[in-house]
Amino acid sequence: MEPLIRVRGLSKRFGKGCEQCLNCTGPLYDTNLCPHCGSVVACNDVSFDLFRNEALGIVGESGSGKSTLVRLLNFEWEASGGTVELHRSALADTLPELFAEQSLYSRNLLGLTSFQKRQIRNALIGIVYQNPFLGLRMNISSGGNIAERLLGAGWRNIARMRERAAELLDKTEIPVERMDEPPRNFSGGMQQRVQIAKALSNNPLILFLDEVTTGLDLSVQARVLDLIRTLRSEYKLSLLVVSHDLGVINLLCQRTMVMKHGQVVEAGLTDQILQDPQHGYTQLLVASQL
Amino acid sequence: MLLNEWLNTPAGSKTESGYPFAFLDQGAKKEIRRSILKAVAIPGYQVPYGSREMPIARGWGTGGIQITLSLIKQDDILKVIDQGCDGSVNAVNIKKFIQAVARVALTNDTVEATVIQTRHRIPEETMTSEQILVLQVPYPEALREVEASEAETRRMHAEADYSRMWLHLYEDIVNYGEITISYRYPVTINKRYIMDPSPIPRWDVPKLHMAETLFLFGAGREKRIYAIPPHTPVEPLEFEDHPFRVEDFSGKSCQRCGATDTFLDEVIDNEAGGRTYCCSDSGYCDKRSAIWNR
Amino acid sequence: MGYVAVKGGNEAIEQACQLFAWERMKGSSRAVGVDQIRDQLYLAVDRIMGEGSLYAPDLAALSFKQAAGDTFEAAFMLRAYRATQPRLGYSQPVNTEEMRIVRRISSAFKDIPGGQLLGGTSDYTLRLLDFELLENDEARRNAFRERLFAHLPASEEIPASFPKVIHILRREGLLDESGAQPPGSDPFDITRQSLTFPASRSAALQSLARGETGGMLALAYSSMRGYGNIHPTLGELRVGYVPLTMAHPVSGAPYTVGEVKVTEAEVLARFEGADGMPRFTLGYGLCFGQNELKAISMAVLDRCTRTAQPACPAEDQEFVLYHIDGVESMGFCNHWKLPHYVDFLSDLDRLRKAQQVARQSAPEEENHAAE
Repeated sequence: MEPLIRVRGLSKRFGKGCEQCLNCTGPLYDTNLCPHCGSVVACNDVSFDLFRNEALGIVGESGSGKSTLVRLLNFEWEASGGTVELHRSALADTLPELFAEQSLYSRNLLGLTSFQKRQIRNALIGIVYQNPFLGLRMNISSGGNIAERLLGAGWRNIARMRERAAELLDKTEIPVERMDEPPRNFSGGMQQRVQIAKALSNNPLILFLDEVTTGLDLSVQARVLDLIRTLRSEYKLSLLVVSHDLGVINLLCQRTMVMKHGQVVEAGLTDQILQDPQHGYTQLLVASQL
Repeated sequence: MLLNEWLNTPAGSKTESGYPFAFLDQGAKKEIRRSILKAVAIPGYQVPYGSREMPIARGWGTGGIQITLSLIKQDDILKVIDQGCDGSVNAVNIKKFIQAVARVALTNDTVEATVIQTRHRIPEETMTSEQILVLQVPYPEALREVEASEAETRRMHAEADYSRMWLHLYEDIVNYGEITISYRYPVTINKRYIMDPSPIPRWDVPKLHMAETLFLFGAGREKRIYAIPPHTPVEPLEFEDHPFRVEDFSGKSCQRCGATDTFLDEVIDNEAGGRTYCCSDSGYCDKRSAIWNR
Repeated sequence: MGYVAVKGGNEAIEQACQLFAWERMKGSSRAVGVDQIRDQLYLAVDRIMGEGSLYAPDLAALSFKQAAGDTFEAAFMLRAYRATQPRLGYSQPVNTEEMRIVRRISSAFKDIPGGQLLGGTSDYTLRLLDFELLENDEARRNAFRERLFAHLPASEEIPASFPKVIHILRREGLLDESGAQPPGSDPFDITRQSLTFPASRSAALQSLARGETGGMLALAYSSMRGYGNIHPTLGELRVGYVPLTMAHPVSGAPYTVGEVKVTEAEVLARFEGADGMPRFTLGYGLCFGQNELKAISMAVLDRCTRTAQPACPAEDQEFVLYHIDGVESMGFCNHWKLPHYVDFLSDLDRLRKAQQVARQSAPEEENHAAE
């Protein structure tokens, strides 16, 4: 089976940059900071595949580059290098200009205009942030938050949009009567569920989840994670799950990547990594958490 | 007025006031005309231009005046209205100025005029392809309601990233059951840009769609010119189940000329709050009442 | 009763203008001379020249008289007049080191080459009303003049030019100049092209130079007081006359066309390491005449708006440059007095509809409660 997305050599540098940056940082040097030019290498030559209908976990501490990775793939930040290619089956009908004749994969998505990137994001991607203030407009009703993506896709019927919003709120276990309230009034767990509803509104193929349960009560966490699992199997989503919590990764993801100082140090089946970690850092993580 | 004639207008001789014909120097006229041409070529796009200082205050129509002054020729017939009325203070003041620098003939008759400058209304009588309507614009940016930054709204227009504007209308309907925007109702022009038609009431918005006449919009303080060329689709933002509606004057008529199909001013008659209604378009009302009262 | 005729608008305006002129002439006081305004209310004249963006002291005094003391209106008149004047060319860059100094101070250093020259300033006056000024006593004025010049100590020769304080810092590599425009490049002209953002340094400085003093002061104050982060120190403040030179239209040789009085402020702010090396950054202010509040505010705002990550309105270049022009802000504020009755009627219609909708849904709620 061919991967839905191919990521090769993805890098992100903050600062001036020099030729030595990628070679002088990473887990071997135990730092993100380039000693020659002082730049911070947040992501260093990251490569992986994401398949349809699978959940891929990215685990690491702060500074590992896992959140940066998601921001790059969501086109929020400009990458310093690398390619991201999409499988033909994903968008060839709606955005044919991305695919050369007969080519199985698209052009490098990172080189597209911001207009094209937004089109791809609207058609393909949903994202849920750790901080609901990043993912939601707090002054707009919850229904409005969900409707925003629909409006961006050209929906022009209020009743149908509210129907769809109600459907999604129902699926994310939020009382539909609260559709016209702004999420600012909701509890933390509910705000996350509104984010999930919003992320699903345009029927994405891929969902990015960036530390979505960090900071929530354990019981609330469990509920949100359960919801995510159910939705994933129902909608056959591909998930990219970022977390520092191995328990979350274990619950949701079949495969996992471990990141340290911007690089991937170990990758494979979640079970194997947790039961028999190979890299020293992974061993440390597993020992301290599980 | 044909383009060739326009471009071949000789360098102006001065009027009695000592200023060049129509006040603006040749350089200014040239720049404004070029901006107008660009605006006509890209319907709804706000063209930035070097707005000149005028002896009339910013916010009082300097954008409209600059357009009128750069277009007007000696044989033009000018009408100026404010809130639909020829005698309203702003209109009178502007006519005074233009007369001082360009001695053109003036009229209150929409049909007779070749150039009409207006603040916040479109005349009731449909204009022809031989006429131009110049509108005074306080806020050229339709998206200002949802975004304060000019740099950001320019990006939104460039990328046709309009979902926040539509979201604003959705929220209105959720909160009030209706879209509450009254004047400055946002429209999509030529199926591309969202545009602010200036503070004309909803009543006047349908007049912009597939019209015979050229509409030019001047914002002097904000330094932008934009245009609706003839035969251009202009569609108010609406939802399938919440269509655009104009103001409701059912049951009311002009107590001066009897009209039931014009935009009516509401006049509070006495201390008890009694109301009477009169056509906002005073020139049209004059014509009608001359006939009605015969 | 009926139709309120809005005819006679012409006459109403005419009379309003006449009445405005009358207000200033109706008292029993003698007409104030333009020369008196120019000489004795010179700070107002300087402010008007700066905001009107035209160096013409007599015309500024005239506009102040005509506007009955309203500096917004006076500056507006100068701007309108300026717009009618032919553009002859640009001067060569002005070197303020050649300034014929009237006043020159630095807060960054206790003493500076050439010395601290306080000049004529109100800074140290006690703000006690001098009731003797209620009388127009020519004899008193003459006596004051005589007293002032009678017992002057032998004066030292004032040097022809004073070195710039920032040159000291520049020589020691302490000054960051990444904001400077490359030499020989043409200035942007904000009266010919409208601003787009981010605005070039010359476009931003031009806008600030003609900005309204009060507006700029308020914004600069917000930064100084704590909303901003720049912690300014006044490197140098100069007031004096600078020569203007132009290139001869035929030979190209520089020749001096005259001199203008300006106030220049250079403000040093918290250091930033643009190229990795920490340095002081410079904020620059320059305006016509003696207007120190404006020059200092301008320097502070110049520096603030070049902050990489704006954290308050005074650091947002778009916010500052769009809102400091007195002619624009005053025009727009005044425009609210124009008729807006059609707009308002349209609003009324919306409100009535919305109330209708609200009433329709209310009875349903009452029914629910009853059940």
